[in-house]
Amino acid sequence: MDVNWLDANYLPWLIPVPPLISFMLIILFTGRNKVLSHSIGVGSVVLSFLMAFGVFLKATGTEEFGPHAYGDSIKWMDVGLSEFRMGVLVDPLTAVMLFMVPIAMLMIFVYTVGYMGAYPDDDPHKIRYSRFFAYLSLFAGGMLTLVVADNVLLMFMGWEIMGLCSYLLIGFLFEKKSAQQAAVKAFMTTRVADVLMLVGIGYLYAEAGTLSFRDILYNAEVLERLGNADLTGYLGLSAASIIGLLLVIGTIGKSAQFPLHAWLPDAMEGPTPVSAMIHAAAMVSAGVYAVIRMFPLLEAGGNPHHAEYTAPLILMGVIGSVTALGAAVLGVGQNDIKRVLAYSTISQLGFMVAALGIGAYVAAAFHLITHAFFKALLFMSSGAVIHAMEHGEHALEHGHGHDEHGHDEHHAHHDEHAHDAHAHGHSSYTWADLNAKIEHGIEAGHLQPGERTPYGADYVGPNGELPDDAEWKPSIPQGLKPDFVAKPNNIALMGGLVNKIPVTAYAMLAGSASLVGFPLITAGFWSKDEIIADAMTFITNNGQFEGHSPWLHMLVFFSLVIAATFTAFYTTRMWLLTFWGKPRSAMAEHATLMNHVDPEELAQAQTSLKKFWLQYSNSALMQGPLVVLAFFAIFAGFVGIHGDFPVLEWFTGSHNFFHEFVGPSLLHEPATIPFKIWPVIVSVLAFSIGAGFAYVKYGVPRDSYEKDPVQNMVGDPVWQALKNRFGFDTLYLATFYQSFEWFGRKVSYRAIDKDTIDGILETIAVVFNNIGEGIKRFNHVIIDGVGDGIPQLIGLSGRWFRNLQSGRVQQYLLFTAVMLLAIGLFFVLRVL
Amino acid sequence: MVPLWFYLVVSAALFAIGAYGALARRNAIAIVMSVELMLNAANINLVAFWRYLNPFEINGQIFAAFVFIVAAAEAAVGLALIISIYRSRQTVIVEDVNMLKW
Amino acid sequence: MDITWQTIAFFAFAVMTLGGGLMVVINRNLWHSALFLMLSLFGTSGLFVLLVAPFLAAVQVLVYIGAIAILVLFAIMLTRRMMGLEETQNTQWPAAAAVAVVLFIILVITVSPLVDEDAVTDIFGDKVANLNANLPVDPDAKDSGVVANNDLDIVTVEAIGEALVTRDGFVLPFELASILLTAALIGAIVVAREDEA
Repeated sequence: MDVNWLDANYLPWLIPVPPLISFMLIILFTGRNKVLSHSIGVGSVVLSFLMAFGVFLKATGTEEFGPHAYGDSIKWMDVGLSEFRMGVLVDPLTAVMLFMVPIAMLMIFVYTVGYMGAYPDDDPHKIRYSRFFAYLSLFAGGMLTLVVADNVLLMFMGWEIMGLCSYLLIGFLFEKKSAQQAAVKAFMTTRVADVLMLVGIGYLYAEAGTLSFRDILYNAEVLERLGNADLTGYLGLSAASIIGLLLVIGTIGKSAQFPLHAWLPDAMEGPTPVSAMIHAAAMVSAGVYAVIRMFPLLEAGGNPHHAEYTAPLILMGVIGSVTALGAAVLGVGQNDIKRVLAYSTISQLGFMVAALGIGAYVAAAFHLITHAFFKALLFMSSGAVIHAMEHGEHALEHGHGHDEHGHDEHHAHHDEHAHDAHAHGHSSYTWADLNAKIEHGIEAGHLQPGERTPYGADYVGPNGELPDDAEWKPSIPQGLKPDFVAKPNNIALMGGLVNKIPVTAYAMLAGSASLVGFPLITAGFWSKDEIIADAMTFITNNGQFEGHSPWLHMLVFFSLVIAATFTAFYTTRMWLLTFWGKPRSAMAEHATLMNHVDPEELAQAQTSLKKFWLQYSNSALMQGPLVVLAFFAIFAGFVGIHGDFPVLEWFTGSHNFFHEFVGPSLLHEPATIPFKIWPVIVSVLAFSIGAGFAYVKYGVPRDSYEKDPVQNMVGDPVWQALKNRFGFDTLYLATFYQSFEWFGRKVSYRAIDKDTIDGILETIAVVFNNIGEGIKRFNHVIIDGVGDGIPQLIGLSGRWFRNLQSGRVQQYLLFTAVMLLAIGLFFVLRVL
Repeated sequence: MVPLWFYLVVSAALFAIGAYGALARRNAIAIVMSVELMLNAANINLVAFWRYLNPFEINGQIFAAFVFIVAAAEAAVGLALIISIYRSRQTVIVEDVNMLKW
Repeated sequence: MDITWQTIAFFAFAVMTLGGGLMVVINRNLWHSALFLMLSLFGTSGLFVLLVAPFLAAVQVLVYIGAIAILVLFAIMLTRRMMGLEETQNTQWPAAAAVAVVLFIILVITVSPLVDEDAVTDIFGDKVANLNANLPVDPDAKDSGVVANNDLDIVTVEAIGEALVTRDGFVLPFELASILLTAALIGAIVVAREDEA
C-alpha cells in the first residue's frame, strides 16, 4: 500500500495506536517489570502527543480548514447494497481536542509515575502498578479513537472502551468494598444511557443511511430532511430531534448530568490519576465532545439564536442549568477534597451542556478545553495533597505511640522524631495495619465508636457510628470488624499546607482561580464569560430573537450566574481550608511529598543530584506536570478573547482566534456576538461575591473541631441535606434497586420463567406424551396381535446372532467402517 | 493459488482423525466432538470444490450452510442425549451404556 | 508452486485444523479437547476465508465456535465427574487407528489424479472456472488506498441471502431446515429435561 503516513490525512489513523499497543504490551508481556511498564505507557503517550501535535500545527496553518478537513476512510464491511466505511476525520474541533487531550494525558501519565511510585511496596497501588498503566493506556487509546473518529459508530466504540476502563480504574482498589460498589455504579449508570444512545445511533443510521460525521453534519440537504418533522420522525418530533434526544441522554450519563450524576462523586474511589483522567482528559469530556460534535443534528430544524429551540436543545438547556446549579450548591457541603472537585466537574459540565442548549457552540467547545486543563490540574494537585497528608500520617505513626489522644500538645517533639522515622523507612503502613491499631485502641478502651483517632481517621463503630463531620457512609454490616475511615482527603483536617507543599499549593491556586473565573488573567474566566455572554443576549441583543420568547436563554443565564457564584464560594473555601491558616491535624502538620529513603542509601549517593532524586523523585514527578498544566490553566484562555474586548483588542487585533478556528467546523459558521460590557460585569460580580464571602468566612485560622461556618449559617438540617447530596443516592437505591430486585424476583423469575415458559413447555410435553401413549396402545393392540408369530421366528435366529451384538456402539461402528473400507479398497484397487 | 488437492488432503486427514476419535474415544462427548470434526472435513471438501469448479454459482455455499444446520441440530440433540444418559446412569462412557443388546 | 502469502496462510490454517483435530482425539483432558476443538474449527474457518467464502467463515465462527463448542463445554461441565478418566481410549483403539489410516490412504489415492493440474480440467471438463479471466475489478480499489482482492465478490452475502428466500432458490430447504432446528431444539429440551417424578 502506497501511503505516506506522515501526510496529515493518514497520520490521524496512527494517533490512537501507540496507547493501544502499550496496553497489550503491558498486559501480556511486561507486567512484572514496573519501570519498563511505565516507560512503555509514558512513551506511547509521548508518541501520540507528537503525532497529534503535528496534526494540530498543520491544521492551524491550513487556510479554510473547515471545509477542507483532513480525513481518510476504508471500507469496513458491506451492508446490503451499500458499504460501511470507517475512517478518521480531523476538522477544527478535532484539532483543538488533539491539542488538549494528549497534553493532559501526557501530564497525567507522568504524574502517575510519581503518584503510584510514592506508595510503599506492599500497597495495592504498588502491587498492581503495571496494570494501572495498562488500563490508563487503554483509556487513552479509547479517548484518542473517539476524538479522531469520522463516524458515530467508531466514536461510540471509543466511548465504550472508556466505559470499560472507567469501571476497571474506579474499582482499581477492589479490596475496598466502596470501590467495588462505585465501579459498578459508574458502569451501570453510564450503561443505561449508552443503550439509549445506541438506539439513537441505530435510528440515525436508518434515517440517514450513513453514520459519517461529514455526510450528515456537513450536508445541508440531509440535515434539512432529518430536521423536518413533516418528512421524518414521530409524535410531531422530527427524526433529528428524536435522535438528538437519545444522543443527549447518552451524554447525560457519560458526563454525569442530572439525574444520572450520582456515579461521578463515587468515582473518586479510584486512585487520583484516574479522577484526573475521567474528569479532565477523557470520559466526561467525551460526553460533552459528543454533543458538541453532533450539534448540527441537534439544532436541525430550529435555530437557537432566534429562540427556535428544538427538543434536544431544550433538554440540554434545562438539564445543564439544573445540573450546573445543583452541583454547585452541593459542592459547598463537601469536606472531601476530591468530592468538592467532583461536584465542580459536574457543575462545569452543566455549564457546557447548557451553553450548547442555547446554541453557544464555540463557547461550549472553548470551555471544554479550558476546563480540561484546569480540572486535570486541580485533581492532580488534590492527589499530591492527599499524598502529602498520607505521608504525614506515616511520619506520625513512627514518631509517636499509636494509642494516644490529644495529639495537639505533642506537636513539638513530633517534628524531630517524625523526620527521623521518615528517613529510616520502616515497615510501611497499610490499611490492615491501621485497622489493627484501631482495634488495639478499642480493646484498651481508648477509642469509642464514632470517635476521631489521632491518625486523622475516624473509627467506625460496629453500628456505623461516625463523627459528625464525616461524610463517608460506611456500609458495614452490624457486628463485623470495625472499618476505619482514612481521612487524608478531608479538608477539615488540612490547613497550612501552603508551607509544606508550596508548588502544589500555588499550582492549585492557579487551577482554582481558573475554575472560579478570576477576571482577566485566567483561562476559566474567558471561557465562562463567553458562555454567559451568549446566554445574556436576551438582554444585550434582544433584537436577534425576532419576537420569540428566549426563555431558555433566561433560564440558562440565571442558573449559570448563580452557579458561578456558588462555584467561586466553594472553590475558595476548598483552597483556603486546604492550604491556608494553621494545620488542623497531626497529618497536616507533617505533610510532605518526600520519598521514604533508606538513610544508608542516601549516604552512599555520590552526587548531590542523585541525593536530590532519591529524596524528591516522586515529588518532582508529581509536581512537574502541575506546573505545566498551571501554565495552560492560566494562558490557554487567551486564544479565545472576544475580538472587541477593550484594551486587549490591541493585542488580539480584533480577532477571536478560537472562534475563527473552531467555528468553521459547522457548515454555517456561527456569527460572533457583538461585544457588550454587561456579561463581563456579571462574571466579575459573581466571582467577587462568591470568593469574597468565602474569604471572609474561611480566611481566618480555625480548628478541626469547630463547626463549619456554612453549617452555622444554614443550620444543621440543610447542612445534612447537602452532605447527603439531597438524598439522591438513597432515592435511587430505594426506587431503582429495590424495584428492579422486586421485578427480577416476582416478574422475571416467577411470572415469566416459572409460570409462563415452564407452563408452555409442560403443555407441549404433555401433548407429546399423550401422542406417544396413543401410539403405544396402537402397537399393543394391533401390531402385537398380528405379528406375534413372526417375532418368535426372528427371536430364534436373533439368539444366534446376538453374540455379535455386544451393545457397544463403537464396535458396531467399527464393523461398519471396516466393511465400507473393504468396498472402497475394492474400487480403488480396480482403478489402480 | 493453492491447488485444489491440498484442500482435499487436509479434508481427508481431518476426516480420518475424526473417524479415529469416533471409534476410539470412550467419553460420549469426545465422540460428539469427533463427529463435528468429520462434518467439518466434509464442509471443507464442499467449499473447496465449489471454489475451484463452480465459483459463480451459489449452490456450493448453500450446501455447506445446510451442513452447518445439520451439525447444529446433531450437536444439540446428541448432547441432550448424553446429559439425559448421564442423569439416569451416572456415566458418559459409551461402553458402560450397553443395554442395547440381546 | 510459488510461495505466496496465501500458501503460507493455507499451511498455517491447515496445521491449526489438523493439529487441533488430532489433539481433540488424543488429549487426555476432555476440557482441553474441547478447547482444541475450537482451535480446529477456527482453522477451518480460516480455510473458508482462503476459499473466499467469508459468509461461511463467519457462520463457522458463530455457529461452531460460538454455539456448538460452547454447548460441548456446557455438557462437559455438567458431566464433569467424568473428566478424570484413567483410560480415554477404548480397547479397540488399534483397530480404530488402522481403520483411520486405511481410510486416509484410500481418500488420498482417490484424490491423487488431481495433483496434475491439467487433469482437473480433463476430469471435470469445461465446468472448471477460469478464475482469473471473469472476475470484476473493484473500481474503488485505488481510491481507498487498499489493494482490493479481486476474488472478493464471487458470491456476496447479499446473493446468499437472496437465494435463501426466493422461490427459485432455496426457500423450501431453508424452511425445512428451520423446522429441523426447531424440532431438534424442542427434542433436546425434552430429552435433557429432568424428570419430575
